[in-house]
Amino acid sequence: MHLPISDKIELNILHQNSHQAEKNKVKFNNYNLLCLNIMSSPGAGKTRLLEITLEDLSTEFQSAVLEGDMTTNLDAARLEKLNIPVVPITTGRACHLDANMVSGGLKLLEKKINPHILDILLVENVGNLVCPAEFEIGEHFKVALLSITEGEDKPLKYPIMFREADLILITKVDLLPHLNFDINELKSNISSTNPKADVIEISSITKSGFDLWQKWISKKIMKFKK
Amino acid sequence: MHEVDMTKCLILSMEEWAEKKNKETIIVEKINLKIGEFTCVEPISLINTFNAAVLGSWLDSSEITIETIPFEGKCSKCNRSYFPKKENGYKSPCCNFNLEEIISGRELKIASIDFKEK
Repeated sequence: MHLPISDKIELNILHQNSHQAEKNKVKFNNYNLLCLNIMSSPGAGKTRLLEITLEDLSTEFQSAVLEGDMTTNLDAARLEKLNIPVVPITTGRACHLDANMVSGGLKLLEKKINPHILDILLVENVGNLVCPAEFEIGEHFKVALLSITEGEDKPLKYPIMFREADLILITKVDLLPHLNFDINELKSNISSTNPKADVIEISSITKSGFDLWQKWISKKIMKFKK
Repeated sequence: MHEVDMTKCLILSMEEWAEKKNKETIIVEKINLKIGEFTCVEPISLINTFNAAVLGSWLDSSEITIETIPFEGKCSKCNRSYFPKKENGYKSPCCNFNLEEIISGRELKIASIDFKEK
């Protein structure tokens, strides 16, 4: 037996995932395709947001969706009705999408359509405020949804998710008159966790805020394509 | 549940590292990790998941050690470092400023691997 050797490697535990995420990003860039990673807890309104957004975007941009779900294709089926390319990714027991799953989804998308004609790829992550925050998928921007029914304290309780997000959409704001909810407290908690994030209040019922969300997306696409 | 996926990534990284060493000729004794406090990882869950995942594998006899790296921020107003607390909205206690800069606490690293040659 030899004496123990200590190999100081200082390697990120998630480097395999990060490496694949970088490869995905290179692919997105080659396709001139902006990729958004849409994350939230279950029931915050991701799929409904996408239904409205995809319809609004369709006059100006070509979109596609990678739809992450743990066990069903229900959300993917809803979005397929909009006649846009949708690839369901069923994660099984995994509570988030990782870069390999997205790479697989992209390969399936390539079989459906030439991604060169697309402007934006929306990736709906699995509903979860913990894991998706740590696993990059090669996205250009992270968008986190937070519905007001979840409580003002969520940015403090799940700080990584809200710290990592480039944009935070406060959803279901049409319910404000019916709830004992302090939106200023929520905004203050968002600012203290992530002062750099853009914040938009939005309602899928009244469509308020969708113009700002649309502008945010358009601006990112135009800047990306320059 | 994400500790399972973290463990998978960790094992893949170990496989990659071992390929360069000739896996058959070494015994890994310790995998020394640095895990930041401002991550989604619960150290004990990661250790338990790893121990279960490597049973019967070439890493069966290896042990995980975890050095916890404190969550430290820097006040953008006065440049002092501080330890952000959830109770205080992660704001700096000196100037009550929002958390802009994180100095440490986001680490998810394999710092070093202690091994023996057979």
